[in-house]
Amino acid sequence: MRLLTTNMKSIAATALGTWFAWTLALAQQPAVAASPPGMADRVAACMACHGKEGRATADGYYPRIAGKPAGYLLNQLQGFRDGHRRYPMMNYLLTNLSDDYLQQIANFFAAQHPPYPPPVPPEANAALLERGRILVSEGDRQRRIPACSACHGARLGGVQPAIPGLLGLPRDYINAQLGAWRNGERSARAPDCMAAIARELTPEDINAASSWLSGQAVPADYAPASSLSAPLPRQCGSLPQAAGVTP
Amino acid sequence: MRARLGWVISILLAAVVALPVAAIAWQMLRHEEAGVANPVRDRNAQLAQGRYLARAGNCMACHTARGGAEYAGGRPIATDFGTLYTSNITPDKATGIGQWSADDFWRALHHGRGRDGRFLYPAFPYTSYTRMSREDSDALFAYLQSLPAVARTNQPHALRFPYDQRVLLALWRTLYFSPGSYQPDTSRSAQWNRGAYLVQGAGHCSACHSARNGLGASVAPLTLAGGVIPALDWYAPALHGGELALGRWRDEDLGALLKTGVSARGATLGPMSEIVGRSLQYLEDADIAAITAYLRTLPPASPSAALQPAQPEPAEAERIMKLGKRLYGDHCADCHGGRGQGSAPDYPPLAGNHAIANAHPVNAIRAVLNGGFPPSTTGNPYPFGMPPFGPQLSDQEVAAVVSYLRNSWGNQGGFVSAAEVNRYRSVPLD
Repeated sequence: MRLLTTNMKSIAATALGTWFAWTLALAQQPAVAASPPGMADRVAACMACHGKEGRATADGYYPRIAGKPAGYLLNQLQGFRDGHRRYPMMNYLLTNLSDDYLQQIANFFAAQHPPYPPPVPPEANAALLERGRILVSEGDRQRRIPACSACHGARLGGVQPAIPGLLGLPRDYINAQLGAWRNGERSARAPDCMAAIARELTPEDINAASSWLSGQAVPADYAPASSLSAPLPRQCGSLPQAAGVTP
Repeated sequence: MRARLGWVISILLAAVVALPVAAIAWQMLRHEEAGVANPVRDRNAQLAQGRYLARAGNCMACHTARGGAEYAGGRPIATDFGTLYTSNITPDKATGIGQWSADDFWRALHHGRGRDGRFLYPAFPYTSYTRMSREDSDALFAYLQSLPAVARTNQPHALRFPYDQRVLLALWRTLYFSPGSYQPDTSRSAQWNRGAYLVQGAGHCSACHSARNGLGASVAPLTLAGGVIPALDWYAPALHGGELALGRWRDEDLGALLKTGVSARGATLGPMSEIVGRSLQYLEDADIAAITAYLRTLPPASPSAALQPAQPEPAEAERIMKLGKRLYGDHCADCHGGRGQGSAPDYPPLAGNHAIANAHPVNAIRAVLNGGFPPSTTGNPYPFGMPPFGPQLSDQEVAAVVSYLRNSWGNQGGFVSAAEVNRYRSVPLD
């Protein structure tokens, strides 16, 4: 019992430390260079699959990138370029682009806010959808799986600067990402919180959560929250500076 | 009669066994020129020279895995004989070249042999590096030794039998390799000789820009007549001064392409994008000018066994051109112009673009299917990217639009079939 309490204290301390470090890092972020003219034309290659302004296309796989937090987009762009995240077309296209350019690309798409299409009605039964809703909003306390909303925001809109929103994404895409995290095809800087969580999910969990998420209408004022409202339940290396925090 | 036949068979057998054995013995035991190095007076200048040569030779690109530690090796190099994994050339004593001497390094660069005497696979382009001077070899070695040591054990190559038998490289070397430093041509200018030294030596341009034979050897490394890069499946265009190569390029166009990745005549894509981004953009203007001056003097060569697809029947050709023209108008003309004139340097011209129009069609096909970016360079930090059209166009449509642009505005490149397009649909990760 005593061991457990000590353990929990240390977890709480770690989480708080991460939170403070992150808040501090946000305040110190350097100003980004002015964007070059004609960015939309420079990155026309991205929009071939991700749609005009990054709004996604109707094909049901390529995700929307418009309006996602710039830090998240930069992490993904660098991950593709450096091979931590695998998708041959993305790996190929980004191979010879600099960090500076990837930052500009991330800023460009983060600043796009085209409208969302109406959600596709889920092809799942009510019980599965309810299980998805509970996983997303409450998690599974017994299996120590945190709720999606604990990190991705109470309204699932993501949190600045590096946690993405979860609504307005195709079900196939969400399934593919969680699957990729489970088998190591997708990874993020250690400690890789999403990889750890995805490995605890069963295929049924993933199906339930993706079915519910992809069926939600996106609210008109949907946007990443400016900051976390509570410490993260897990340590995540992909958040700025957090990797430097010693547990 | 029978005795005579017996003699002939014995002699043939002896030749079949004895010749390879003799070749292996000769390759193992032949005298190795040690080169002459001047004593180093200024260590910092030597390091700077080594750093520059590492850029010129683009050592880092092959000796670094995607996302891995610089110079620690591990990048897979696909060949027709299997996959080779590049080695760790950081000064780590256990896993890198920390225990090597400058003599060992010279032996690798100039003679193509490892520290223990093993024959090196020619994917490591010692057939070019052998042209480098001992002084430059020493500078490069000093620079590599100054890098942070990274412990990463070399991954064994995954080559098919019999290519996994290193000793057989003796035969390959006997046929295709003779060590020898660059010998200046005294009838040419110092600039020309500098260009030749960089192109033939550290730059190892022939590794891609000369066609290779069935055993992976460049057939005519000094002509740079262009060829399809084995396993990578990109066409490296001819670099000689003829009409179908650089003849129509101005010096400043070529300089711009090598320094920035884009120019008035064309932009880099695929492997050359990497070469400019990681290597050529760092070269001094004088060296770029020297390379240009040298390439211009290479004699025109006929394109190497470029694939000549059957020309379709006139009615079929007309149908393809009509479809291609419509698709070009819908998808390409906004950027590349109604007459293929482009809007350089951001949107390269397609009319008279010898890399896509007059040679092997693979570059045009892959550009349409997969798009691509020139590299971020100091001179062009935010390049315009070509969108991939593979996801939205069918093989027939890609074939039609590529056939159209290869046969319009003065281009005479031949038609492309849907089957050829289909071959290039998948994009390799590395």
